[in-house]
Amino acid sequence: MIRTILIADDEPNILISLEFLMKREGFRVLVAHNGQEALDQVANEAPDLILLDVMMPKKTGFDVCQELRAQEAYQHLPIIMLTAKGRDTDIAKGKALGASDYILKPFSTKELVQKVRDIVESST
Amino acid sequence: MLSTSLVIGVAFTYLLILFAIAYSADRAALKGRSWINNPWVYALSMAVYCTAWTYFGSVGRAANSGVWFLPIYLGPTLAMILGWLVIRKMIRIAKTYRITSIADFIASRYGKSQRLASLVTLITLVGIIPYLALQLKAIASGYQMLTTPLNSTVLYPSHWWQDSTFYIALLLVGFTIMFGARHLDSHERHEGMVAAIAFESVIKLIGFIAVGVFVTYYLFNGMSDIFRQAQAIGHLNALFSFNTPANPLAHIQWFSLLLLSLLSMLLLPRQFQVMVVEAVDEKHLKRAVWMFPLYLVLINIFVLPIALAGLITFGVGQGNADLFVLSLPLHSGYEWLALLAFIGGVSAATGMVIVEATAVATMLCNDLIMPWLLKRNGFGLLQCSDLTQIILWIRRGAILILLLLGYVYFKVAGDAYALVSIGLISFAAVAQFAPSFFGGMYWKGGTEKGAWGGLLLGFVMWGYTLMLPSIAKSGWMDTSFINEGPFGIALLKPEQFLGLTGLDNLTHALFWSLWLNIVAYVGMSLWKQPSARETSQALLFVDVFKRKTHSAPVFWQGQAQVQDLMQLMMRFLGQDRSTLLFKQYAQYQGLTLEQLQPNAQLVHFVETQLSGAIGSASARTMVESVVDEEPLELEDVMHILEEASQLRAYSKALEEKSLSLEQATAELRAANEQLKSLDHLKDDFMSSVTHELRTPLTSIRALTELMLDDPDMEWEQREQFMGIILAEAERLGRLVNQVLDMAKIEGGHAEWHTTDVDMKAIIHQAATSMSASYLEKGVSLQLKTPETVAVLRADADRLLQVVLNLLSNALKFVPSQTGQVTVALKDAPEGITIEVLDNGIGIAPEQQALVFEKFRQADNGVQQGTGLGLPISRQIVEHFGGHMWLHSELGQGACFGFFLPRLAHE
Repeated sequence: MIRTILIADDEPNILISLEFLMKREGFRVLVAHNGQEALDQVANEAPDLILLDVMMPKKTGFDVCQELRAQEAYQHLPIIMLTAKGRDTDIAKGKALGASDYILKPFSTKELVQKVRDIVESST
Repeated sequence: MLSTSLVIGVAFTYLLILFAIAYSADRAALKGRSWINNPWVYALSMAVYCTAWTYFGSVGRAANSGVWFLPIYLGPTLAMILGWLVIRKMIRIAKTYRITSIADFIASRYGKSQRLASLVTLITLVGIIPYLALQLKAIASGYQMLTTPLNSTVLYPSHWWQDSTFYIALLLVGFTIMFGARHLDSHERHEGMVAAIAFESVIKLIGFIAVGVFVTYYLFNGMSDIFRQAQAIGHLNALFSFNTPANPLAHIQWFSLLLLSLLSMLLLPRQFQVMVVEAVDEKHLKRAVWMFPLYLVLINIFVLPIALAGLITFGVGQGNADLFVLSLPLHSGYEWLALLAFIGGVSAATGMVIVEATAVATMLCNDLIMPWLLKRNGFGLLQCSDLTQIILWIRRGAILILLLLGYVYFKVAGDAYALVSIGLISFAAVAQFAPSFFGGMYWKGGTEKGAWGGLLLGFVMWGYTLMLPSIAKSGWMDTSFINEGPFGIALLKPEQFLGLTGLDNLTHALFWSLWLNIVAYVGMSLWKQPSARETSQALLFVDVFKRKTHSAPVFWQGQAQVQDLMQLMMRFLGQDRSTLLFKQYAQYQGLTLEQLQPNAQLVHFVETQLSGAIGSASARTMVESVVDEEPLELEDVMHILEEASQLRAYSKALEEKSLSLEQATAELRAANEQLKSLDHLKDDFMSSVTHELRTPLTSIRALTELMLDDPDMEWEQREQFMGIILAEAERLGRLVNQVLDMAKIEGGHAEWHTTDVDMKAIIHQAATSMSASYLEKGVSLQLKTPETVAVLRADADRLLQVVLNLLSNALKFVPSQTGQVTVALKDAPEGITIEVLDNGIGIAPEQQALVFEKFRQADNGVQQGTGLGLPISRQIVEHFGGHMWLHSELGQGACFGFFLPRLAHE
């Protein structure tokens, strides 16, 4: 069964890399360029996991995470936060808002793939 | 004539009524409703000053010497009006240090000196006994007058047991004990007694005025009638002439009488008792200041009319002028009025006797008998666990002895002198207290030796110049020493001492006794250093208003046990009262009874409480017996004093310091806030920089890993990735440059190469370098510049950087192919304005303010800048005194502009 991953980031080049990486790993990939697009994609396509950048226009990753967790249907949707901000307070905030994991940019593609796989497989 | 039984019955009933008042007042006080906590009662109780001497004697004096009765009342009036501040201080000192008598006051001031207490008590005793005798005499003669048929000679019984005066004295002993020595109070306050005294003051005023009105308006037709008739008998002139050939120094005598009565108003034991010891509230003094003098005026209005009426009625030199108050109504057949007048007289006499005897008995007990007993361990006193009963019985005994002594004096010397003379002798005795008393209140330099010397010398002079002659004149001594001097030495004649002649006896005695008293007091005080305890007490007294009540004594060091102190207090005040006092004390300190510490304050508290019961000197002795005190050295006190004054100076300096410190703190706080916000800004900046660095790194790392993972990646794919990596690497480089640039400019380390700048040339240069990018995106770039533009002083490279930044920003936000960007230059004498207009997506108003802030790129979906370009541009423009702006509406394109001034000095 092919899993769908939503990638939300406002940096086009990061989107390009992540899209290529996840497709290579055999996932179906959706992209969003900002927080609002991400929420729309979740509503329309029901992804199995979200890679969510924090610093995005319109709505930040924190906003998206918070809104999704507020809805019954997305209580257990795996969300991995990606951020270039490495402060402890940011990580704590992400966890508090219900993110499944938190990955600091720049990341190792192998580690990211491993995390994604672990989460997706454990959720089935 | 009235029947004996009627007079005795009425007088006795009156005394019972008095007692009922006193008893009720005591009961009310126990229930917390004090009758005497009232300025009226306070002022009326002061009128105990007016004794039988006033009541009967003033008339006698007026009849004999006219206006000479007046100074006795003007003195106290002056004392009240001029000296109320002194009285207030007396009250404050007495209340603060639990002082209950004049002897205690003086002794306490001079280091709680036992010998001073005893000396003062002795002087009081000697001085007061004639005065008590006088009251007995007044009542006795009044009684005789009422119960003996008119015009018959009064026969005094030959044996004392037949003498009604003896029984009157005993009766007074009984009442005085009931009023003043029923129970023991550590404050030595007698609510009931004061209430009764105030009542008596009313009765004596009513009695005297009743007789005055009767005589003036019933027997005569008003005052003018009396004066006219007096004129007719030719005696009036003699009464109203002031300086007569017989008495050329009358004004001096007037002055000495005034001084004497002024001093006695403050220093007589009974005045001290009602005015100071019994005072409930210092504030009552303000009412008394005018009420008491008013009372004196009222009771004196009819003195002259009654005296003159007596002289007119009975003839000059006929009848006892001292008893005109009684004999006038009796003579007219108004026996009931005479009886009322007699009751008024009884009021005056009993009031004086009760208060005086109580006060003096307290002194005798506390300052003479108790110390003596404690010293010799009489009655096994030191082993006794409850001394309250013993103290009470000593006081009762003292009252009995006092009145018996008064009676004896009355029997022995009573007939020798007129009433007024006896009173003045007493006044002169207590006047001896004045130097050490007032000196002690206001002069810290007064010492115990000075007080002792002054009092002793004054007292001796008083005895020699006033008392001895009066005894001699009574026929009990050979009078030759008066007339020729002792052993024939004329210089030592008691009434012309050292050849001082021309003064009346009283003024003469007062002059010598007070003068030598003062000289000795001041001289000896200055001669010898005071002891430590004296210095400390002097400070407590003189600076009483500067000290807080209940505050601990500064001058005490030693060790004590709470239990010992409590037991000591129980012995003198009884168990219940002591426990209560200790509890109250503990409560006041915010502690429980068990938590009490045997510190200086507690020792001071116990000593103060004991002072009330047994006098300060005895209290000192007793406390010393249970407290292991370290001797107080003068150096200690001086040291403490010095420290205190240093501390005061220090604390003042500290106050000033702390004020400036406070300011500094406020400034520091503000600076700190600023630093904190700067720190916060720096944090934000670092966080933003980190974010901006990590973002390109993320792409670079991810894409590189992807390519490494897949050596067989298609070339096109690989090329795209490498293009991205290159772009991101360039972005990183740009970012690093701009961050450094920003840091330099903000930190003031940037290098500025100021030259003449041709702005038109710079715009063309920028357009040329951007033309390739514009061409690539299909965006048109238009330049609108005047033909010639005057140069301005600035850094050409920096300005080029600004224009390039604006052009590249515009390019980012305009659509490809249809995009249009216009650069307009306007030259004016004051400066140059450059605007870059685009037809891009524009910037929402709420974001416009943010674009010039670091890393705050407009939220417009086109994210390629470092977020530092515009902030840096603005810094550059502002460096050259210009400013930068943005006009835009969402969807309507944007217009960034800046103005550079031609600065006058450049």
